[in-house]
Amino acid sequence: MAVATFALPARIALLGNPNCGKTALFNLLTGSRQKVANYAGVTVERKEGTLHTAEGRRVSVLDLPGAYSLNALSHDEAMTRDVITGQSSEVLPDLLVCVTDATNLRLHLRMVLEARQLGLPMVVVLNKMDRARKFGIAIDEEGLSNALGVPVLSTVSVHAHGADALRAFLDRPVEATTPVPWSAPKLEQVLATQQEAQRIYQETVTVPVVDKDPSDRIDRVLMHPFWGFVVLALVLFTTFVAVFTLGGRLTDFIETGTGALGGLLMDHMAEGPLRGLLVEGVIGGVGSVLAFLPQILILFLFILALEASGYLPRAAFLLDRPMSKAGLSGRSFIPLLSSFACAIPGIMATRTIVNWRDRLTTILIAPLMACSARIPVYTLLIAALFPDEPVSGALVMVGLYTLGIVAAMAVAWVIKRSSGDRSRSPLLMELPAYQWPDLRSLVIGLYERAMIFIRRVGTVILALTIVMWALCTIPSPRSTTEGTPIARSLAGEVGHALQHVFAPIGFNAEISIALVPGMAAREVVVSSLGTVYAINGDPGDVENRLRERIASEWSLATKLSLLLWLVFAPQCLSTFVAVKRETGSWRTMWIMGGYLFGLAYLASLITYQLTTAITAL
Amino acid sequence: MNGSSAHPVPLDQLPEERWASVVDVVVPINNRDRGLVLRLVELGFVPGERVCVVAVGRPGREPLAVRVGHTTFALRRHEASFIRVILQP
Repeated sequence: MAVATFALPARIALLGNPNCGKTALFNLLTGSRQKVANYAGVTVERKEGTLHTAEGRRVSVLDLPGAYSLNALSHDEAMTRDVITGQSSEVLPDLLVCVTDATNLRLHLRMVLEARQLGLPMVVVLNKMDRARKFGIAIDEEGLSNALGVPVLSTVSVHAHGADALRAFLDRPVEATTPVPWSAPKLEQVLATQQEAQRIYQETVTVPVVDKDPSDRIDRVLMHPFWGFVVLALVLFTTFVAVFTLGGRLTDFIETGTGALGGLLMDHMAEGPLRGLLVEGVIGGVGSVLAFLPQILILFLFILALEASGYLPRAAFLLDRPMSKAGLSGRSFIPLLSSFACAIPGIMATRTIVNWRDRLTTILIAPLMACSARIPVYTLLIAALFPDEPVSGALVMVGLYTLGIVAAMAVAWVIKRSSGDRSRSPLLMELPAYQWPDLRSLVIGLYERAMIFIRRVGTVILALTIVMWALCTIPSPRSTTEGTPIARSLAGEVGHALQHVFAPIGFNAEISIALVPGMAAREVVVSSLGTVYAINGDPGDVENRLRERIASEWSLATKLSLLLWLVFAPQCLSTFVAVKRETGSWRTMWIMGGYLFGLAYLASLITYQLTTAITAL
Repeated sequence: MNGSSAHPVPLDQLPEERWASVVDVVVPINNRDRGLVLRLVELGFVPGERVCVVAVGRPGREPLAVRVGHTTFALRRHEASFIRVILQP
């Protein structure tokens, strides 16, 4: 007979239902020592980190995707199942930490029982224990441990020392076991497991009798067919006002800073190509993009806080019916809302949509949500259109956002129609109890999203601004000595060639040139226009002088046409990359690019020709 | 339907704000629905459990927000129709 072997755990995995506070616990355990990537070959997020046990030993922690069951319905759940049943390329963990929500043990116990059958060394963690005590829920931990046959610990993932019991537990050796192969249970087996869960729950958990949870009382208003929409409208309005006012002020602050830096280099460097490259190319280009980081972060702060509080799933519930008119479900709401900050995290957020057709449709329309990169160009053009009319300007801005949403819904409707599939995708969405967002998780979530943006600025956008600057500076070998330096440059030649394509929609040579790098990242359109019009100086000044030039030199039809172009045009290389990565299909990527280009050209053509005809009357 | 009715009804026909208990689960014929119903059982829609429709989408009572135990789930009427419940007095 084999002798039982004991060893200190070196790799643990956190398993649990969504909304059990697993990620907050992971954040508490690992702090900033995290690595976020994808599992090999699939677009399922893999989060791994390192924790220090009570005795200071380092243990690697894998935060498995949240799963209600090993009987997977989504890619996330399938990945979790494959990792802990040994069907993936991942090494089996030394210890499975089964995280449960102490306030909702009835739901989470079943998963514990299911996981127990795998035969892995296991410990059950009762998370959110502070909330459970507040609600008067009493859990007999010893009784629970005896009934389950595994150790039970309690944690509070929102307190700095809330996971000390778990850290201490990890210094105890665990017995090596032989994993039991997993097979999908039948309905009868699931019912039997549920009966056992029910029995254990009744024996070990005492809950005060209340007819209505606090969440139910809040839901009476927030999910009301009328007042629910009023609140939702207010929440969204507040969010966007904060983005534009507070974010705008922080943006000015950053612009002043980059302007000062540029000025410093101008004063202390000898005149020459290097100074030009640094001041106009790098600081002017990258600085003007980084300036919009505050607006992205404020929008994400609202989204993350609303999601963590439990409100966003309710908003998705309210919007399910209206969105079904366009062939979408409420599940598309959160990805589309994220796309207003940036389409890339929005596209990544579609992973929560189980139905593939719904997910694909959401990915295809995500670029129509006006991302924050459009704000600088919109602002510039609106200011040139309505120099001293802030109210009209704001209305046009709202109009542009609305136009994007309406177009997205129309495209979704067309996709639904053409696919011929009239079936409705299942919803099955948990509306978790309301709670205050965990600050640590908010900060880490914001940091992750900020890094996506900053990495983009450091790579694609930096490269583009340098290339753009070079193209505008290097004279074309075939150029004559006539015209401005820009007209004689390589960029001038490109712009001239593009005139054939863009003249029918009213774009002059300067716009055509600026749109070339703008195709890869729309953030650089403004700085490219500045470069093309050879306006030097600090970024704020460039914008003011550019606005004056646009106001005086472009026709009304051209300005409107460019605005419409910007609503639809596929101007983001990183979005293309994200679509290819998430769908695994080049074809989908080209379809998206093609339809967006077609829409943009058509909208601009109609706008330009109509406006020209009307103004000529 | 009145409060003392002893006839089981599909969950999608349960009036709002009324507590009921699950009687049984109808096993659907098609595979896709069967996976869904299995998931509902895993989420706690099991015989004996108390449920209540706390909110509904308009128009057409779609989707439904159903409280089971300490959790609320948003379901489509289609999924809910496989759960049969009986009103509690």
